[in-house]
Amino acid sequence: MNGLLDGLTWLFDPDNWSGPTGVATRLVEHLWISGVSVLLACAVALPVGLWLGHMGRGGTLAINISNIGRAVPTFAILAMLYMTPLGLSNWTTIIALVLFGIPPILTNTYVGMREVDRDAVEAARGMGMNGTQLLRGVELPLATPLIMGGVRLATVQIVATATLAAVISGPGLGRIITSGFGRQDVPQIIGGAIIVCVLALVVEGLMAWLQRAVDPMRGARRRRGPLPDRDRGMPVIRDEVVSGA
Amino acid sequence: MALFGPAHDATLADNCLVRNDWVCGEYVRTRRDDITEALGQHVTITVLSVVIGFAVALVLAVLARRVGWLRGAILGTSTALYTLPSLAMFSLLLPFTGISATTVVIGLVLYSLTILVRGILAGLDAVPGDVREAAVGMGYDGFRLLRKVELPLAVPAIFASLRVATVSTIALTTVGMIVNHGGLGNLINRGLSSNFHAEVLTASVLCVVLALIADGLLLGLQRALTPWRRTVTA
Repeated sequence: MNGLLDGLTWLFDPDNWSGPTGVATRLVEHLWISGVSVLLACAVALPVGLWLGHMGRGGTLAINISNIGRAVPTFAILAMLYMTPLGLSNWTTIIALVLFGIPPILTNTYVGMREVDRDAVEAARGMGMNGTQLLRGVELPLATPLIMGGVRLATVQIVATATLAAVISGPGLGRIITSGFGRQDVPQIIGGAIIVCVLALVVEGLMAWLQRAVDPMRGARRRRGPLPDRDRGMPVIRDEVVSGA
Repeated sequence: MALFGPAHDATLADNCLVRNDWVCGEYVRTRRDDITEALGQHVTITVLSVVIGFAVALVLAVLARRVGWLRGAILGTSTALYTLPSLAMFSLLLPFTGISATTVVIGLVLYSLTILVRGILAGLDAVPGDVREAAVGMGYDGFRLLRKVELPLAVPAIFASLRVATVSTIALTTVGMIVNHGGLGNLINRGLSSNFHAEVLTASVLCVVLALIADGLLLGLQRALTPWRRTVTA
């Protein structure tokens, strides 16, 4: 337990918070780079997922992209991007983060759209709704929890992966850990690890709250009991999904 | 031999290692031992983590079904663990297990729990009540009911989660390089610090291939364990 206490002591030392390599700077870097990556990943994956789900096409791609994403080590992608002409720029990290943020959003959006009650869609069509009205008025509101589950999973994953960017000397809180390893300073390693974990848990909590807050059906849902598991931002796992192979 | 020729006339051979190509057969030939060793470590760490993770998850899932209030606690804790970044997880284990393979295995077990506990629970929950009642009526109870009736019926859901857990574990093992036990991740890290393209690409591709092979093997095992579904699943 002593190791953890030393880590906390390191973390509460104001000297370690200031300066260009202090905790404060790294925290801002971490939040900035994660935020940009989440927005970019949403900008790419949401429209594609909504469109594929609405049209009912490309299901194999939309579902398998998550399986493939899981099989590719983040560390490998970071290392390879670092060796391209991009080198040590923030974009190296952002590209890697976006690549790993896209699959969960795309898969969840597609699955969310496909699992909208077919009767509701038929009824809306029967009432004369066209494609856009159907998408905005029926499919999107009903699919929101699962879509937000995907965004939540992607955000948590991006914040976690941003830590790993430190192994290519990228920005973010992971640098505290790697420089601790470099100097064999165990309290710094533990201190860095603690703040990284706290940040991850806070982000997960905030995203869980956001997911509930934006659900247009939350009143109706409360009466139906707790959310199914995958709506809580867990990976969509189905027993017939053929993975990356 | 010319008297005034450059002393280092016998220049380096022009092969893919010298050119630092991404794809290089020469690399695989000359570093075969390195690669085999890293691959061995990778497979060992992955297998240990998944096997231990599965055993622990099975116990936790059965506990969660027996003791009502434990269910939320177990699911909540494993979700929180899943949130923690791998680099931080391995670092936090450092004071307890040091720079060792144990650190990596414990971290990976904790990650696999999230997926495995959920998969096993989902599988057991989906066993139809009629089937369970019929089995109880035939005299099955407790452990025998679980082993002979519930678990076999839950096999598809359990294997779905086992495959996801295995594939993610293989990918996550690479991060173990931070404590020098990352299997192929060690090669990626070494290649990264010496700017050795072939080493990084070869190790990365091997990781993905390993994940695909493991996934295929588990799928085969699942088919073998559920002969009654063979006609249904294509």
